[in-house]
Amino acid sequence: MEIPYAVRPRPDTGLYNAKMGIWLFLASEVMLFGALFSSYILLRVNADPGTWPLHLLNVRLGALNTVVLILSSVMVVFGWASLKMNDFRAYKRYQGVTLLCALTFLCIKSYEYRDKFNHYEVQLKNGTIYDGHIDRENKDTNYFAFEAARKVDSHADLMLPPAAELKLEPARIPMSKIKDRADGRGKEIENYGPWHSSYLAVYFVLTGLHALHVIGGAIVIFAIWGPLAKLWKTDPERYINRVEISGLFWHFVDLVWIFLFPVLYLL
Amino acid sequence: MSEHITEHAAEGAGHSVEEAKRHMRTYAIVGVALMIGTVLTVWASYINFRTREINIIVALIIASTKAALVAGFFMHLISEKKLIYLVLGFTIFFATGLVFLTLQSMTPESIIHIR
Repeated sequence: MEIPYAVRPRPDTGLYNAKMGIWLFLASEVMLFGALFSSYILLRVNADPGTWPLHLLNVRLGALNTVVLILSSVMVVFGWASLKMNDFRAYKRYQGVTLLCALTFLCIKSYEYRDKFNHYEVQLKNGTIYDGHIDRENKDTNYFAFEAARKVDSHADLMLPPAAELKLEPARIPMSKIKDRADGRGKEIENYGPWHSSYLAVYFVLTGLHALHVIGGAIVIFAIWGPLAKLWKTDPERYINRVEISGLFWHFVDLVWIFLFPVLYLL
Repeated sequence: MSEHITEHAAEGAGHSVEEAKRHMRTYAIVGVALMIGTVLTVWASYINFRTREINIIVALIIASTKAALVAGFFMHLISEKKLIYLVLGFTIFFATGLVFLTLQSMTPESIIHIR
């Protein structure tokens, strides 16, 4: 038995099944990200003065990723419009660029994550804090080595980006000078993973969930673009519908990033 | 044959080939507007307004405008069916409620404040 309104729209609603389905799904996604944004507001507003970092992330990379996602969104609608004009080759080209954009976005995000996991904060017994990128080449276990670091007197100083004229320099800190942890489990050495602060916890959860959406969306777009493309010859109307549905999800992913970028990178 | 079917598909979805061509121009313009919006967002974040709150408000206004462009033109919400608007209306109501209740919980006199 054929499923009704799988391709042609229902006369009373003007919608085919998948379109209704994707909008209901997107509604649930709004609630999911809405809950996480609410958590962000709660943590941000209640943060003690001098505990929320400003411009900790690389703004240029964040802006580049924004441009990449916007470009991908434009390519998705270009691809859909090309199918409407019966130009399958143009559609393949545009969606190919979309997939490249998705890959570029994920590469940049991975680079940013790697950068944060290599970024360390070390507290000395005299109260001084060293902050910078670890020297992975260092094999001497008696020292903690930074490729480039800055020295500050308090945590509050770390919440502001380093002054433009400040030159970050390599540092080698004897382990004996590093403060012991209060729980007795090692030294006060911690990288900028999600455990480091509320801000980084929010950053990794929000951007991680968003990256999963990018991966999911890219897989679906790739499947329609590649293995499932033969449907265009047998049932073009259904094929255009699939492209439209995957496109709606992709635009939502773009829309979420439009808010994530200023909230996490700039404010 | 394929062309005939596609024409049929385009009409069935409420879009003619001419419409699709017109849409592409609109998409390109919206894309450029979004890029400009991104540059504006970064630029405005470095302006020293009197208080940090103004920076936040400006950034959110620009982000909301960009989001409206994506939703309106790329997701075709400016010419969508009534049922979609209804679904989104409920979503906005509940999402706004979620944020409002969160903000409300932070005030000491809040009825949902955890003491």
